[in-house]
Amino acid sequence: MSKVSSPDLDAKIPQGSMAEKWDNHKFASKLVNPANKRKFEIIVVGTGLAGASAGATLAELGYKVKAYCFQDSPRRAHSIAAQGGINAAKNYKNDGDSVKRLFYDTVKGGDFRSREANVHRLAQESNNVIDQCVAQGVPFAREYGGLLDNRSFGGAQVSRTFYARGQTGQQLLLGAYQALAHQVALGNVEMFPRTEMLDIVTKDNRAVGIVTRDLVTGDIQSHSAHAVVLATGGYANAFYLSTNAMGSNVTATWRAHKKGAYMANPCYTQIHPTCIPASDDFQSKLTLMSESLRNDGRIWVPISKDETRAAADIPEDERDYYLERKYPAFGNLVPRDIASRNAKTVVDEGRGVGPLKNGVYLDFSDAINRLGQSVIEERYGNLFEMYERITGENPYEVPMRIYPALHYTMGGTWVDYNLMSTVDGLFVLGEANFSDHGANRLGASALMQGLADGYFVLPNTIGNYLAPLLGEKIVPTDAPEFVEAENAIHDQIDKLISIGGTRSPDDFHRELGKILWDNCGMERSKESLEKALEEIPKLRDEFYKDLRILGSDDEFNQTLEKAGRVADFLEFGELMVRDALHREESCGGHFRVESQTPEGEALRDDENFAYVAAWEYTGDLTKPKLHKEYLEFEEVHLAQRSYK
Amino acid sequence: MHVTLNVWRQSSNKVDGHFETYEVADINEDMSFLELFDVLNERLLDKEQDPVAFDSDCREGICGMCSMMINGQAHGPETGTATCQLHMRKFNDGDVITVEPFRATSFPIIKDLAVDRSAFDRIVESGGFVDAPTGTAGDANLTLIPKAVADKAMDAAQCIGCGACVAACPNGAANLFTSAKLMHMNLLPQGQPQRFDRAINMVETMDAYFGSCTNHGECQAACPKEISIDFIALMNKDYAKAQLKNRATASQK
Ligand SMILES: Cc1cc2nc3c(=O)[nH]c(=O)nc-3n(C[C@H](O)[C@H](O)[C@H](O)COP(=O)(O)OP(=O)(O)OC[C@H]3O[C@@H](n4cnc5c(N)ncnc54)[C@H](O)[C@@H]3O)c2cc1C
Repeated sequence: MSKVSSPDLDAKIPQGSMAEKWDNHKFASKLVNPANKRKFEIIVVGTGLAGASAGATLAELGYKVKAYCFQDSPRRAHSIAAQGGINAAKNYKNDGDSVKRLFYDTVKGGDFRSREANVHRLAQESNNVIDQCVAQGVPFAREYGGLLDNRSFGGAQVSRTFYARGQTGQQLLLGAYQALAHQVALGNVEMFPRTEMLDIVTKDNRAVGIVTRDLVTGDIQSHSAHAVVLATGGYANAFYLSTNAMGSNVTATWRAHKKGAYMANPCYTQIHPTCIPASDDFQSKLTLMSESLRNDGRIWVPISKDETRAAADIPEDERDYYLERKYPAFGNLVPRDIASRNAKTVVDEGRGVGPLKNGVYLDFSDAINRLGQSVIEERYGNLFEMYERITGENPYEVPMRIYPALHYTMGGTWVDYNLMSTVDGLFVLGEANFSDHGANRLGASALMQGLADGYFVLPNTIGNYLAPLLGEKIVPTDAPEFVEAENAIHDQIDKLISIGGTRSPDDFHRELGKILWDNCGMERSKESLEKALEEIPKLRDEFYKDLRILGSDDEFNQTLEKAGRVADFLEFGELMVRDALHREESCGGHFRVESQTPEGEALRDDENFAYVAAWEYTGDLTKPKLHKEYLEFEEVHLAQRSYK
Repeated sequence: MHVTLNVWRQSSNKVDGHFETYEVADINEDMSFLELFDVLNERLLDKEQDPVAFDSDCREGICGMCSMMINGQAHGPETGTATCQLHMRKFNDGDVITVEPFRATSFPIIKDLAVDRSAFDRIVESGGFVDAPTGTAGDANLTLIPKAVADKAMDAAQCIGCGACVAACPNGAANLFTSAKLMHMNLLPQGQPQRFDRAINMVETMDAYFGSCTNHGECQAACPKEISIDFIALMNKDYAKAQLKNRATASQK
């Protein structure tokens, strides 16, 4: 079934058996000798898990690193908010786990839309990641004997998830941030907080630097280097409401896209089933409630859409435990996408609960009766507290209300096995790239990927690119390429400020989010996607006619920051919809209404769509060029998922 | 709901600031305090008035970016809660609420309610890490760590670095922040080799930027993670020991 991939997309998958590829690659890679590393300068944009771990490790190796983030400190990156945990194939529980099993689970979980060789490497490096984090002092949960504790997460059949209370992302990020801070103190890393990258600069299709805006003073500045690394996170905020941090955005990778970096599978987005529903139009973000709640909570809605009674007053036989009814084997523990889609179905039927009828119940009363309140408190106490803080309702007494929300984005910049994009010398790590999760990410695997990329993959692959450049000077920042890029940024900012319209960037963002959520969210159809393709360009035109930004560009101006990000979402959103429209199959988080089994489950089309869709920017947003990287499955045999 | 806000406005640290009063009507009690400011800002923008600058990112109480003094209390009236998780239902219809930035000489104002807390990064850079370069680690289960030790280290490690402790302290001291980071490391086996140098370096960097601790305890009351001032006592002990400890015999009990 082998088909020929686009010549632009050489994935550079190493030779050898799956288990040997990574070793073979490292052995075949060029090395930069220790004394020469300090002659290379590397820019790392983004200091979340992926960027901070990469920046610290590159500096430890001897490279000269410049690192950038838009928050006031690297410690505040969006990674800080991850709760549940991080996977590794340690098999500490002796329950049959292995590198091979983690690899299998990840390829299958990704619904056969990821590159096997990358996933296998990720599974291999997962164990080193845990060792590294523990050595740094990450206070993972322990058992009484002093050993590390593990739990099963997101429906996995083995216990391979390491965690630090409900704050795993925080502790992992602090570990990476501290390693980075150490390198800052040693003078090996120069850190630029409150600095936003607004463009990458290329020369002869090679990344040679970036242009940034100092968010406090507004200064536009050029920075030059031998290679540029983007670790700028995911684009879930295209949907306005998501579980991502307020500042998460697509600007860095989108602007790189416009300079030649292909964008892969932008339609692969993950919707998390257990978030707190929105309470009004001013809702600024959605809060995730850990998935572990589904272990003991039962999900239901009333059978009648005219139901008005309080939850406790609705008798058993007037409740619909729809997941238990439709999926008796897995019940409330079906995968994220299935749980989400079913919640949408019942809410769309008018059977939603809560004042806005926009949620479903997650009910703990059975578990409390069976196990006692103290057990539930021990398991979920902090989550119950958080829920009560946000909603004002006590979940020990009334069922929680939950609804799905945008959570994670599997798509991103296309990269080869070295994590290099289609622009030479431009590397992309973490959630920003497309590489390891296919069409759906398993719980606790994003943290693993970000840290594997940063601590172990990039530091080993970047040498291949740099070694032949030994002796080459970085391009001076007064070279025409930089001057041109700076001028373009000044022009763009002036253009935004001078519109002088009436609507705030948030107002446009909310509207874009609604278009995407309604038409390119949990379910997508040809019709809905075509509708979005009509609405988005209109909204974009409106944006450039009616945007209002007050103040100037040479000061701390948060409206201007947002406007720039929204401008990029308005362009990127269109590509996402085009990608979703072209992929006439359902897979992972991408559910096309036209492609489902008689039982209403996602139906993949391997014959026609077993490829990565990588889009090239052509200058015309209506005509991006599609390139295909065909996926080969040597180890894990293509099979349809079933959770019946 | 309707509230009256007295908000500190200051366009940069080069000019003086002042309070400005805003009436904010028609708000919903389920809104968070920061959403109240989102609404205020949208309305200001509508009237062509400069929105209020304030920091926030995760809005889940974990990134530590938000930083408001609300009626004189860092992060407002609810204990163990960052500003982003404070909801309007904790206020009453008709309340007058005063909102200022985190005030401390070591946190210069950038604009309005946004301040520069980079002095915290300097403290971490001076020693808030274990020197364990990537790739050098042994198997993660090689070193057993008693659960009680791991739990206590985690109690300290949960600090979100928001600076409420400094803002609440009459002296602008950063002892709670510093001790939380120091004791996270110094309680764990991984932190032992550098324990005493870490104590000296972090405490001295802290002293160079911040005021001195005189045991008011306001920091603990303001901390959104309810970190205990016991860690300050442990830090003082380690610092005192570090003055005398012969590093060459450090691995002997
Ligand atoms: C609520 C929540 C819970 C989660 N829980 C889990 C979990 O339990 N387990 C798991 O594995 N995953 C989890 N995830 C997913 C995981 O947290 C993220 O995928 C991961 O942390 C992303 O890391 P990153 O380093 O790629 O990007 P980020 O942490 O998003 O970092 C991006 C960095 O880029 C910078 N940046 C962005 N744009 C620019 C620019 N233009 N200029 C300069 N800097 C820029 C930012 O300042 C930041 O430093 C969760 C996600 C959410 C939202």
